[in-house]
Amino acid sequence: MKASNIPQAGKYMNPYLAGFFLGLVLLATIFITGRGLGASGAIKDATIAISDAVAPGLTETNPFFGQYAGPGKENPLKSWLVFEIAGVLIGGFISGLVSDRLKVVTESGPRVKPRARWLFAAIGGALFGIGAQFTRGCTSGAALSGMAVLSTAGFIAMLSIFGTGYLVAYFGRKLWI
Amino acid sequence: MGPFVPDLISDQLNLVVAIILGIAFGFVLEQAGFSSSRRLAGVFYGYDFTVLRVFFTAAITAMSGVLILGHYGLLDIDAIYVNPTWLVPAIVGGVIMGIGFIIGGYCPGTSVCAAAIGKVDAMFFVGGGLVGVFTFGELFPFYGNFYTSTALGPIKVFDSLGISQGIFAFLLIVVAVVAFAITTLIERRVDEKSAPSLQFKPLKHLASGTFAVALGVIFIFMPDHKTSLTEKVSDPSYAAAHPVDKMDADELAFRIVDHEPNIRIIDIRSPKEFAALALPNSYNVQRADLFGKDWVSTFSQRHLRKVVVGNDETQERTAYYLLHELGYENIAILRGGIGTFKRTILDSTTFVPTGSRWDDDVREFREGARPAILKMIADAKNKPVKTVIKRKIQGGC
Repeated sequence: MKASNIPQAGKYMNPYLAGFFLGLVLLATIFITGRGLGASGAIKDATIAISDAVAPGLTETNPFFGQYAGPGKENPLKSWLVFEIAGVLIGGFISGLVSDRLKVVTESGPRVKPRARWLFAAIGGALFGIGAQFTRGCTSGAALSGMAVLSTAGFIAMLSIFGTGYLVAYFGRKLWI
Repeated sequence: MGPFVPDLISDQLNLVVAIILGIAFGFVLEQAGFSSSRRLAGVFYGYDFTVLRVFFTAAITAMSGVLILGHYGLLDIDAIYVNPTWLVPAIVGGVIMGIGFIIGGYCPGTSVCAAAIGKVDAMFFVGGGLVGVFTFGELFPFYGNFYTSTALGPIKVFDSLGISQGIFAFLLIVVAVVAFAITTLIERRVDEKSAPSLQFKPLKHLASGTFAVALGVIFIFMPDHKTSLTEKVSDPSYAAAHPVDKMDADELAFRIVDHEPNIRIIDIRSPKEFAALALPNSYNVQRADLFGKDWVSTFSQRHLRKVVVGNDETQERTAYYLLHELGYENIAILRGGIGTFKRTILDSTTFVPTGSRWDDDVREFREGARPAILKMIADAKNKPVKTVIKRKIQGGC
């Protein structure tokens, strides 16, 4: 296994310390706004906004999108999660800047070519886009934020996402090791 | 008392707050190394357990904070968003996402963070996410019914397991600490030379783990705010040390008939009992709702005399003390509970002389008040019920 092209650990924050800070950010979010952090919701809002801009009629009559778009409804982009994710982009960029990690690069397992990696990444993203609708959130919005408020849904999301990951990891091993 | 939305922070300002919190979120994710798909995927192959460490530490930190703030009444636990459970769809969605994680190497939050520092694969992941949501929406009619099936509402995990909140929190911390230890051993076995955990100082981590478990033990003995306050005021010595203001049924009847504006009747009986007999212009507030923010605007007005009405004085006292402990003033309880009010004012029984020289006046007043109040009660039944609009708790993806 080639460990060399994984970014080296020493350059990152100690994971427990990072987890502690992440927990504090989540706690602050809950304390100030009464809600948790999230990510997939913003992707959903963006999808609906794009769809509504391209084909408003079809979007508004779609039984799923129609709940979020249409006359009298707020612009889907004016949602808390869209603004939060805009912040994530800024915050991630600042972190990359201060830690000197800004670089246009494709990161992949040692046996995977960049183009294949792009395809797999897109497929993975699509699966998350679908799965997060059924679960009403992804690793951040359903699992992490849900666990912080001890919701059953949070623990189900965490167990099913990571449990499945371990169950199918064997079949995807050539992608990563 | 948190949360500050929507009272102190408007919906508009909340969007600014969202950006600031998002910046912090993205910064920490990137510093943790979540902008690297290989590190993320490592959790499934044993060469890098960063995800597990960051994820569980974050969940436990936030959970601990919520429990502690809730215990001291600094955070209204009932006003924060608890994501509801749709059991089977949630599991199916999780399975789909788990497969997506192995194939894609990111989850949505980390992909945005990675895209921000120039990871091209992450940009494809985000693009794929848009396609995925779109596909889900287009095919929605095929599984629309399934999507809303097995709805269990915003249930809590400790209730689902039938254990107390504290014990669950303790167990979660223990599981996490044990998982941290085991995965560190696995990681070092998989990659002896460059396992990330080789950087750790054992003593520091041992101390942190011990501290976390100790915190878990405290949680076992730390009830939530409601339970601890209720226990406090239910203690006989508390009642002995805290006298209560009482209002006689006659005085209350007089104020009702008089349409006294500076009085609020807070009926703490069950909705069923309230529906059977409610005093004119009274509010039905369940004991659990005394803690929330729904009634703050009523309770916090000092010039309003809050008269607690219950089945008996014991029930009234508990509510009285809770209101007192929550910082509200100008409260009284109805002497003898609603039973006394019903017997002396509403029922046309013969007057029981007390030997007081005012007996005649009292009897005369009651005879006049009886039909007046009964008429007010009858009129109220034809009017729509006054209810406080429950605050909408926002959240979810």
